[in-house]
Amino acid sequence: MSEKKTPAFNGTKEQEKELLKVIEKYKGTEGALIPVLHEAQEIYGYLPIEVQEIISEGLGVSMAEIYGVVTFYTQFTTNPKGKYKIAVCLGTACYVKGSGELVEKIKEKLNIEVGECSADGKYSLDATRCIGACGLAPVLTVNDDVYGRLVPEDIDGILAKYVD
Amino acid sequence: MKLARAHVLVCGGTGCTSSGSEKIIEALNTNLEKYNLTDEISVVRTGCFGLCALGPVMIVYPEGCFYSRVTPEDIEEIVSEHFLKGRIVKRLLYQETVEEDNIKSLNEVDFYKKQKRVALRNCGVINPESIEEYIAMDGYKALGKVLTSMKPQEVIDEVLASGLRGRGGGGFPTGLKWSFASKSVDDQKYVACNADEGDPGAFMDRSILEGDPHSIIEAMTIAGYAIGATEGYVYIRAEYPIAVSRLQIAIDQAKEYGMLGENIFDSGFNFDLHIRLGAGAFVCGEETALMTSIEGHRGEPRPRPPFPAVKGLFGKPTVLNNVETYANIPVIINGGAEEFKKIGTEKSTGTKVFAVGGKINNTGLVEIPMGTTLREIVYEIGGGIPNGKKFKAAQTGGPSGGCIPADCLDVPIDYDSLISIGSMMGSGGLIVMDEDTCMVDIAKFFLEFTVDESCGKCAPCRIGTRRMYEILEKITNGTGTLEDIAKLKELCYNIKNSALCGLGQTAPNPILSTLRYFEDEYIAHVVDKKCPAGVCKALVSYSIDPDKCKGCSLCAKKCPVGAISGEIKKPFVIDPNKCIKCGVCMETCKFGAISK
Repeated sequence: MSEKKTPAFNGTKEQEKELLKVIEKYKGTEGALIPVLHEAQEIYGYLPIEVQEIISEGLGVSMAEIYGVVTFYTQFTTNPKGKYKIAVCLGTACYVKGSGELVEKIKEKLNIEVGECSADGKYSLDATRCIGACGLAPVLTVNDDVYGRLVPEDIDGILAKYVD
Repeated sequence: MKLARAHVLVCGGTGCTSSGSEKIIEALNTNLEKYNLTDEISVVRTGCFGLCALGPVMIVYPEGCFYSRVTPEDIEEIVSEHFLKGRIVKRLLYQETVEEDNIKSLNEVDFYKKQKRVALRNCGVINPESIEEYIAMDGYKALGKVLTSMKPQEVIDEVLASGLRGRGGGGFPTGLKWSFASKSVDDQKYVACNADEGDPGAFMDRSILEGDPHSIIEAMTIAGYAIGATEGYVYIRAEYPIAVSRLQIAIDQAKEYGMLGENIFDSGFNFDLHIRLGAGAFVCGEETALMTSIEGHRGEPRPRPPFPAVKGLFGKPTVLNNVETYANIPVIINGGAEEFKKIGTEKSTGTKVFAVGGKINNTGLVEIPMGTTLREIVYEIGGGIPNGKKFKAAQTGGPSGGCIPADCLDVPIDYDSLISIGSMMGSGGLIVMDEDTCMVDIAKFFLEFTVDESCGKCAPCRIGTRRMYEILEKITNGTGTLEDIAKLKELCYNIKNSALCGLGQTAPNPILSTLRYFEDEYIAHVVDKKCPAGVCKALVSYSIDPDKCKGCSLCAKKCPVGAISGEIKKPFVIDPNKCIKCGVCMETCKFGAISK
């Protein structure tokens, strides 16, 4: 398997301050690690080693434990996402209505694989589990916008809305 | 409280929100202001109505008009015609409700006629962000009854007598679970709610949390009283932001009103509730894995026994139930076990909510009495299969379940009947498949899911599911042999018997059930090297029927790889070596000359 490219970590002091506040809030609660990781990912957008180290020190949990948890759950990512996060639903309802073809079409258009981010940092592509909008199957989302009842021919038009 | 002349209930479930109901509410507010009707018409954002396929939907009371697939542009017409002048905008009504000049009540429409809404009683009826509306619908009455007039054992006996079984799919009697936990002695016990709805295509629990969050809080508090727990956790998917925020609002309101917290109803009973977000791991729907995850670790299952009722969350006795199970509790307490048992069958009492999706006209959320047949769900409630296609199978139970073929359409839906035909109730996902669905491909789809979601703790699941997936890949690629099918069966049997948790033990089910009913399709892939449904690309070849081809050249122009050639007005041919089997030619041909 080829290594995914990751840009260098460039977290700010403000972000670190915010993270320390979160750690302070949860310190001492049972099962604090996962809520802290959720909020840390909200602050940084992803969970690189540098962020995990701050959490490890703050909560007194070993790096091995944290890395184990981060890589176990699909919600947590150690790779940054694109400015436009494209997620195609591969739940059963969408799959039987052809969402697999949507993924192929996007991969071809953007020249990235599922789980990757385009070189300019603009687009990332994910295949998600059921998002529960089965009435609109097949569905994809770009950031918070939802597009439903799609056919592969719709992809060009959707991507054209996200160029800047 | 302000009285309004009319109420507009707009669905704010995830399905309708995705199809734009927020913009509808915005447009309603703007137009109500424009026509100076804000004081007369009240707009309520409710939970899911069930008919997601027609979203965004809204109902206007007192008339009970059901407007479907509304766009923001339609709103001005509705406001100025209907609300201002009292003239219903017929063209926007759900056509099933219109009968010549009359408007039928929603309950008479095919989609709702056979349904019985118990767990979904308040979904699409009340504003989920208002505790007053919940209380007005008998909310927290059951909690009051329990805390002021029932002993914990009486509560357990009532639930036991109701025959309620776990709605997460396993079907374990809820009262029995409670009674085990109540008998465990410890300084601290917990009540937990499994809202980590991971089956693809299932959204029952989310709809309840979005549409009626207080019912879960009420039921968990009742469970806490029954087993002697003072703390509860709701483990909910992070992918459900609307549900999470509504549940949080509901918890805050319940605390403010004294329905949660210290000394509830002045009874001396304390109960507190926390929300924990899942992080996208299917295995965390398994009870022991879920608890490990709440504790802050990798969500890996633990061997049972000890069962959670003895040693669960943080090592303490714990009751864990699914969202839909809890939603039934207040109904049982208020109406009594005898009344509840009148619904459903003898061994499966009550109702079950299904999220019906796939190749069906009325995609959405339905709640039916146990014992209803699949035929009634597919053809009456669901409105049949689109485009006149033939029903092939329905899949229930997600990656742990199986397929129900057409011959079993009349089997009553209850826990035991479904198991006897090789499927399972599951949490309630019901995906309908038509003749264009390849059953080997579907089995592969589910196996890909389990391989991806296997936590890796035990070898049968970690290695075994991958081996099964590889064999399925071979078969769909056209390189499978009959020995592969035999090996697949053996693997299924071994993994079922040796995996650590429910996820692994049920992982072979999609293969076993498709093999049971559609073995001929497997054999067609292996022996004839053909995919009967035309899905598996490696086994499909496109050809042009020279008698039907008019030589219009349209297909040749559309072919992305230039695999089609010929002379105008003479039959064209496809070069199989160049063809990438995208199917564009077949869609393009106006004469039906291309087949696969």
